[in-house]
Amino acid sequence: MTAHSNVPRTPPRFSATFDPATLAEIRRAAATGIYDIRGGGTKRKVPHFDDLLFLGASMSRYPLEGYREKCGTEVVLGTRFAKKPITLKTPVTIAGMSFGALSAQAKEALGRGATTVGTSTTTGDGGMTPEERGQSQTLVYQYLPSRYGMNPVDLRKADAIEIVIGQGAKPGGGGMLLGQKISDRVAAMRNLPKGIDQRSACRHPDWTGPDDLEIKIEELRELTDWEKPIYVKVGASRPYYDIALAVKAGADVVVLDGMQGGTAATQDVFIENVGIPILAAIRPAVQALQDLGMHRKVQLIVSGGIRSGADVAKALALGADAVAIGTAALVALGDNDPQYEDEYQALGTTAGAYDDWHEGLDPAGITTQDPVLSARLDPVKAGHRLANYLSVMTLEAQTIARACGKSHVHNLEPEDLVALTVEAAAMAGVPLAGTSWIPGRTGGY
Amino acid sequence: MNAISPDITFDLADTALRELNAALHAATGESNARRWRVLNPNGRHAVAVGINAPLTVEIEGHVGYYCAGMNAEASVIIHGNAGVGLAENMMSGFVHVRGDASQAAGATGHGGLLVIDGNASARCGISMKGIDIVVKGSVGHMSAFMGQSGSLVVLGDAGEALGDSLYEAKLFVRGSVKSLGADCIEKEMRDEHKVLLAEKLKAAGLEGTVDVAAFKRYGSARQLYNFHVDNASAY
Ligand SMILES: Cc1cc2nc3c(=O)[nH]c(=O)nc-3n(C[C@H](O)[C@H](O)[C@H](O)COP(=O)(O)O)c2cc1C
Repeated sequence: MTAHSNVPRTPPRFSATFDPATLAEIRRAAATGIYDIRGGGTKRKVPHFDDLLFLGASMSRYPLEGYREKCGTEVVLGTRFAKKPITLKTPVTIAGMSFGALSAQAKEALGRGATTVGTSTTTGDGGMTPEERGQSQTLVYQYLPSRYGMNPVDLRKADAIEIVIGQGAKPGGGGMLLGQKISDRVAAMRNLPKGIDQRSACRHPDWTGPDDLEIKIEELRELTDWEKPIYVKVGASRPYYDIALAVKAGADVVVLDGMQGGTAATQDVFIENVGIPILAAIRPAVQALQDLGMHRKVQLIVSGGIRSGADVAKALALGADAVAIGTAALVALGDNDPQYEDEYQALGTTAGAYDDWHEGLDPAGITTQDPVLSARLDPVKAGHRLANYLSVMTLEAQTIARACGKSHVHNLEPEDLVALTVEAAAMAGVPLAGTSWIPGRTGGY
Repeated sequence: MNAISPDITFDLADTALRELNAALHAATGESNARRWRVLNPNGRHAVAVGINAPLTVEIEGHVGYYCAGMNAEASVIIHGNAGVGLAENMMSGFVHVRGDASQAAGATGHGGLLVIDGNASARCGISMKGIDIVVKGSVGHMSAFMGQSGSLVVLGDAGEALGDSLYEAKLFVRGSVKSLGADCIEKEMRDEHKVLLAEKLKAAGLEGTVDVAAFKRYGSARQLYNFHVDNASAY
């Protein structure tokens, strides 16, 4: 014992700025000289649907009886120009995820689950596989800058076409499928040698800007005899203008993906720092549609961190027509499942945090092309889990809608919502709970 | 429409484009109605897109964007100039423009032959995936950008950054090349390449008129195929 033993000591204290994760990243960068690439979406906390609450019915509004009084959930997409609009039984759709990033089994499971509950699924960068076309009653075919696998036969087989301009995880970014995920089949579908990195361009090869997009949309309509709804997907960054320009270019449906949206492989710095949360993007998008007299005529699908029926109901209340899910659908299939904890540990991570999807070593067999790993995913069982999950989300959204007295989930409105934080109140344009204050409601966007 | 007529003429001055394209899609190529003529295209976009049968379509005038887009099996001849994205994503067949072509001619094409009698603008053959493109004049900058497979033959000159980020597409240029893009290098012209080039020239109707020995071959150095930090400055 020294003479100083009873002097209070300062416990070790981490810096909030240089926290352990930041320090680790600096060391990793210093050791490797290369940025970190990973899958998934934003991991840091950003204002989200959790910051909103529904008011429910009260004296001035009466609720609908659960189980007895009807609360509709169907949604029709593509009513503006397409001869064959799409009708879905639930407003929850499956977002575009590429074959290549995902195994064929995972794509098939997505199709099975979506079809069971009457919703759509979407191809991705890399083209359409027979498995997903076969198992998806309603399939949206993505038209991406890389045009990997793009061909008129599949285009005609699709139920809708989605022109991808950007993704919430990386607005302004292209893509990269690393060589280790390029199997013979993936290579053949993309007309590239096996084992090399496949870069996906960030701009379309044959058009730039909204005026060209209008002509591109006309071409796709002419190619398919004006039958199919044409979606335009953008990452959330300048939603008011992007949505207005997409409408002007002739879109039937606009898809708006917030920064929390997942990706198969992108630089962490991009995922965490570019784009805005979906909560902040919906109102400006809806405002653009309303200013053009197009709200509900051009349908709005939103995505980025949607996890539950509550999130669905909140997105719809803010003015969306439907939502899309990526990450949550993969989790329902079995991604990051604790049953593979030993294997996650061996990969230096833990169930729930595994995000090296680009490496193709997924123990759950979802984000891989390895034949042994991908065979672990039973498409029928996984599809069944997804169907269950989609049903729960739909029921939850209905539960909330009934509580707010709505006979259709589309009747939810911003007036049903309040915010828990000043930030969320400002972003969602709804009052801070217990007040009539909507911060920032003086100017436009 | 008279289905047995061997010659079908569409005048876009008084017929909607939609009718032309729908009729072309309905044609099987098995009937006698294989020869089509399109009058007064007047720079319209998306003329004769998505054909899926061995028809011959002659377009009398200039066309706008995406003429013959996603063509399969058909021969489309344009007696005029073509706008952006001529024969984009072509799968098979033959597209021939008698004049010049704007940007992104043959973009992402998977197969077939595109012949441009005049010059092609920037990004000719961008992201090409198997198409053969023969340009009798010159091509603009960034031609064959990210070209994956197929061949681009240029009788004239090539602009800046030819073959940037090239994969396996084969480039042959007879004239000067202003500069090569990232990872694109000049390669030796071996006999097998001369044979290949002669084949493409023959298909374009140039057999015996052009000397294959006058061409230089360019291809990928394959240094950017797998990301490596030492190459970061090349991106
Ligand atoms: C594994 C994976 C692959 C993806 N691939 C694509 C793609 O090919 N094209 C695309 O537009 N978006 C792609 N996305 C983004 C999704 O379409 C969607 O925008 C996003 O996942 C929605 O956010 P969420 O994951 O939070 O639900 C991908 C997402 C994931 C997780």
